[in-house]
Amino acid sequence: MLIPYNTLVVLLGCALLGVAAGTVGTFALLRGRALVADAIGHAALPGVALAALVVGAVGADPRSLPPLLAGAALAGLLGVLAVQALSRTGRIREDAAIAVVLSAFYAAGVALLSWLQTRPGAAQAGLSKFILGQAAAMRAEDAIIAAAVAGACLLVVLLAFQALRAASFDPDFARVQGLAVGRVDLLLLGLLVVVCVAGLQAVGLILVVALLVLPAATARLLTHRLPRMLAIAAAVGAVAGAGGAMASAWRPEVPTGAAVVLAAAAMFSLALLFSPGRGLLARGAIRLRRRLSADTDHFLRAAWEAQEAAGAGPGTAGDRWASIESVAATRGWTPGRARRLARWLALRGLVACAQGHVHLTPLGATAARRAVRAHRVVEHHLLAAGAADIASADRLADLVEHGLPAEMAARLLPEPSALPDSPHALGKGTP
Amino acid sequence: MSAAPPPLSVRQLTVAYGERPAVWDVSWDAPPGLTAIVGPNGAGKSTLLKATLGLVPALSGEVRFFGRPLAEVRDRVGYLPQRASVDWDFPATALDVVAMARYPRMRWWGPIPRRHREAARDALAQVGLADLAGRQIGMLSGGQQQRVFLARALAQDADLVLMDEPFAAVDAATEEAIVQVLRDLAASGRHVVAVHHDLGTVPAYFGSVLLLNTRVFAAGPVARAFSAAAIAQTYGARLPVLEQALLSGAEGGGG
Repeated sequence: MLIPYNTLVVLLGCALLGVAAGTVGTFALLRGRALVADAIGHAALPGVALAALVVGAVGADPRSLPPLLAGAALAGLLGVLAVQALSRTGRIREDAAIAVVLSAFYAAGVALLSWLQTRPGAAQAGLSKFILGQAAAMRAEDAIIAAAVAGACLLVVLLAFQALRAASFDPDFARVQGLAVGRVDLLLLGLLVVVCVAGLQAVGLILVVALLVLPAATARLLTHRLPRMLAIAAAVGAVAGAGGAMASAWRPEVPTGAAVVLAAAAMFSLALLFSPGRGLLARGAIRLRRRLSADTDHFLRAAWEAQEAAGAGPGTAGDRWASIESVAATRGWTPGRARRLARWLALRGLVACAQGHVHLTPLGATAARRAVRAHRVVEHHLLAAGAADIASADRLADLVEHGLPAEMAARLLPEPSALPDSPHALGKGTP
Repeated sequence: MSAAPPPLSVRQLTVAYGERPAVWDVSWDAPPGLTAIVGPNGAGKSTLLKATLGLVPALSGEVRFFGRPLAEVRDRVGYLPQRASVDWDFPATALDVVAMARYPRMRWWGPIPRRHREAARDALAQVGLADLAGRQIGMLSGGQQQRVFLARALAQDADLVLMDEPFAAVDAATEEAIVQVLRDLAASGRHVVAVHHDLGTVPAYFGSVLLLNTRVFAAGPVARAFSAAAIAQTYGARLPVLEQALLSGAEGGGG
């Protein structure tokens, strides 16, 4: 299939727009300016309407883009300055100031647009597309303007990378070093305004904030390194931008902005679920593994101590059968949970199960001995360090022993060492 | 050269948040070597430090570093902010953070040149974190994060380092590392001014002290200025019993 020239240019323009939004958005996110981008987008509407009014009044081409974008940029900038002025009065906080300015400017824009639509003339016909974005209505020269603006933004971000990073991470330190942090912030603000305005026609002013935030947030889930984060955000932005433009080209009734944002949101959701380091699934798996490992230690220790309580000496405690019920009672588990754990431990070859009792295998006895020693050493340590009483030492040791960093565990538990006696009585009454 | 200007000199400095003065008419010369700024919570210790660096606006007063305004000697002044002042989830490695200390000496575009990267690695090694250079800062323990900040201050290679609560909430290994770094700095003729909250360790770690509670209560060598009377005055009735006991113990041991 041959893509028409106009569509191709619009597609590439939107992709480049996504790249610029991803990179500028990365720093906006890190500097805590995501909501400011939202304010800029909404504040741009009255600027567009006023510019259209002026263009119509002087009789210039009503479809000409530059005056509309200039109006949008001015209004957006004005909106941000209003936010800063409001929060500087100290009467309301910045989030409230943003909400006030965003809605007030947007309301003014909507009112102006409605009024424009009652006036004769063609100037107002296409203005509502700025609200939700309509890439299909873009002409090649509009796309080239957007692409050029986006490209310039990208270049500035790359050139100012070090300064933007320093000001985002630790502005006070950067200031002491002599970096003009105020000017860097202004640069970032300017970039945000420019990207918002460049994206007005394609994505629309309501949703342009999503194109700034979503790719950056997606990238943050996937990497810990800033250069990589910039690259991933740029790629996500490009895919979302091009995808949205394509959807709009095929089905002109679909608002481009919605398509772009949905594409970006889909990528964000995937990253949130499946990111290997920070994804929800990976986190859940780690939590499950930790809990299982703690439960394993507790089960083995309870089985061991049940046999000690039944009269086995420290050397022979691994050799007898312990009832799963007594393990459950010691740990305060339901019998069902203890049985499930016993089956799981049998699968791993740590115990043998028969008739509601468990017997530690040699592998299991070694693990049980290690768990018992870890617990008792930590208990004794806590008691020596002034833990209030034995029961609380026991409880604290349960919490602490699994999370010991390797170097501390090595200091507390030199291998090999004798098994210390439990500081408290063993058996069913133990907490 | 006997009349070399002090590393830090403050004249009639007053800072206020809203209507309450946080620092009132402070005139003070930091002596060479290691100096602690000590005082109760809310005494304006951190505010004084930040005001000298221009991070909070002063109502009045004059600040000189080595006899000159800060703008002329920025490369001689290092800073260790409080650990809680930044977001540790920032996408950067320990080495990235330490290398930020070298920005003023680098061109402002392109990758970090090798010799600055090496300087950053050396600083990390000096605080015992050579192995963790590539770790994301959010995955470091609190004490390790504090040492990353210390390494960043070292990598600035400054003659005077201002430290804001370097010992706040750190583990024993980190406290040892910081003390060693302080001694190394002093041995190489550098100066340190540190906001410090633990009265008991002042005589062991520092040579001079500034007792501050909005205004100056005493200043000078620890042996002279850090007296029980001056401390009691500075803290008013607010010195906890435990601190008093620690203090008398430290005085008995030191003197």
